[in-house]
Amino acid sequence: MVFSLAIWALAWELAGRAELSVIVPSLSRIVVAAMTVLPTEKFAAAALISLRSFAIGMAFALAIGIPLGVLMARVRGVGRILGMWVNIFISAPISALVPILMAVVGIGETTVVVTVVLFAVFVIVLDTQIGIVHADRSLVEMARSFGARPYQIYAKVLILSALPEILAGIRLGAIRGVKGVVIGQLLVSIIGVGELFELYSQHFLMEEFWALVLIVFLFAFAVSETIAVFERRVEYYAATR
Amino acid sequence: MHDDAIVEVKGIGKTYDGGVEALRDVALIFPSGQLSTLLGPSGCGKTTLLKIIAGLIVPNAGEVWIKGKKVHGPGPERAFVFQDFALLPWANVLRNVAFGLELQGVSRERREEIARRHIAEVGLGGFESSYPNQLSGGMKQRVGLARALTVDADIILMDEPFSSVDEQTRRKFQEELLDLLRHRQKTVIVVTHSIEEAAYLSDQIVLLTPRPGTVSRIIRPAIERSKGPDEIRRDQNYLDAVDEIWQILKQYVV
Repeated sequence: MVFSLAIWALAWELAGRAELSVIVPSLSRIVVAAMTVLPTEKFAAAALISLRSFAIGMAFALAIGIPLGVLMARVRGVGRILGMWVNIFISAPISALVPILMAVVGIGETTVVVTVVLFAVFVIVLDTQIGIVHADRSLVEMARSFGARPYQIYAKVLILSALPEILAGIRLGAIRGVKGVVIGQLLVSIIGVGELFELYSQHFLMEEFWALVLIVFLFAFAVSETIAVFERRVEYYAATR
Repeated sequence: MHDDAIVEVKGIGKTYDGGVEALRDVALIFPSGQLSTLLGPSGCGKTTLLKIIAGLIVPNAGEVWIKGKKVHGPGPERAFVFQDFALLPWANVLRNVAFGLELQGVSRERREEIARRHIAEVGLGGFESSYPNQLSGGMKQRVGLARALTVDADIILMDEPFSSVDEQTRRKFQEELLDLLRHRQKTVIVVTHSIEEAAYLSDQIVLLTPRPGTVSRIIRPAIERSKGPDEIRRDQNYLDAVDEIWQILKQYVV
């Protein structure tokens, strides 16, 4: 992976130095720009507001997504009614809905939070549902035979059994959530990182613009890798189910 | 009710969704402290009957009586040993064996102490912190047995407990099971499709007919249990029982 990154970085650097296009500055100048952007107060304020929207949005997505996924897997009627909608929304262009959201909840942070939820929640629902549906039924039967009460079956068997899928859903949801923040803020365009993107592109500050893209990308990558660490921990039992 | 009957089923019938009739009007008595086997061709509903006794499947007709009381679901006086072991893959041997007690709310210290004793008893001492995927089939089934012993149920229900392990392990396990049960008052009901296994293990063999399962014959092989395993396998009563069962079963085999 490091090798492939190095090749791409080199190609980018060369393309930049060759000055093929004003839109693509060389990687080294982008990194320098990143260093000047990072310590500014404007960036700190934008990052803070963006992180806050992301965190609140993800909290809602988890609090809604996991219980809903469990419910859809365990109650046949709920799964049938909502299954189709989840599948539609998971592939729907949610960005197109943001302007409508602005009309409903106003232009501001709430819109961005709702956008994050909409981007992240459906994949969490779907993966949780798949995990619970595929949970080993004989484990549930075993727990029942030893007198498990319903909440014990959920807490001690079903959720743990579905943990690999649930974590995969959270990871994919978080990546989509990062997209949600940026797209939400771009469309609202007066707050956070989105405002900076807008500012840089309007003033044709390509180095700063690409620096910001790089920072957002690294953030999404870091979030995803953190969750992947937990996933690898539970992988040993996912393989043996 | 029969004097020493600990489990009694009356008029059990079960038809699955889709119209497959698995059992019809099954009435049986399982005497206390004895080992009974349910034997029959595949698809005769023997596992269904065992799960009905366990309270895991609700019958369409009939009643299950345990210790003189009608039951409607699982209970602490019955413990189940599963064909596919049903071990929690994320829990080590110790936690798996203690799982029944964990569900009952027994404190961690107490349940692990009890579990350790039974792990040693089934010959798995030293494997307490191993995970199921590190164990062989035979070892997994020992974990399943230890888990059933740990809750101290009077009745142990075993669904083809030896079918997923190899022949040598199976024989050794059978002998150890008999040895283990000889010293305590457990009532055991085993589902099997092996004639030799049924004749070797049982005080009472229940032969079931193919779908829908009904009681075909009850055989009580008069085998002297104090004999060693090799002597039992050469005992005339054992050989007669095997032959008698085969004579009945072969008419069901297509």
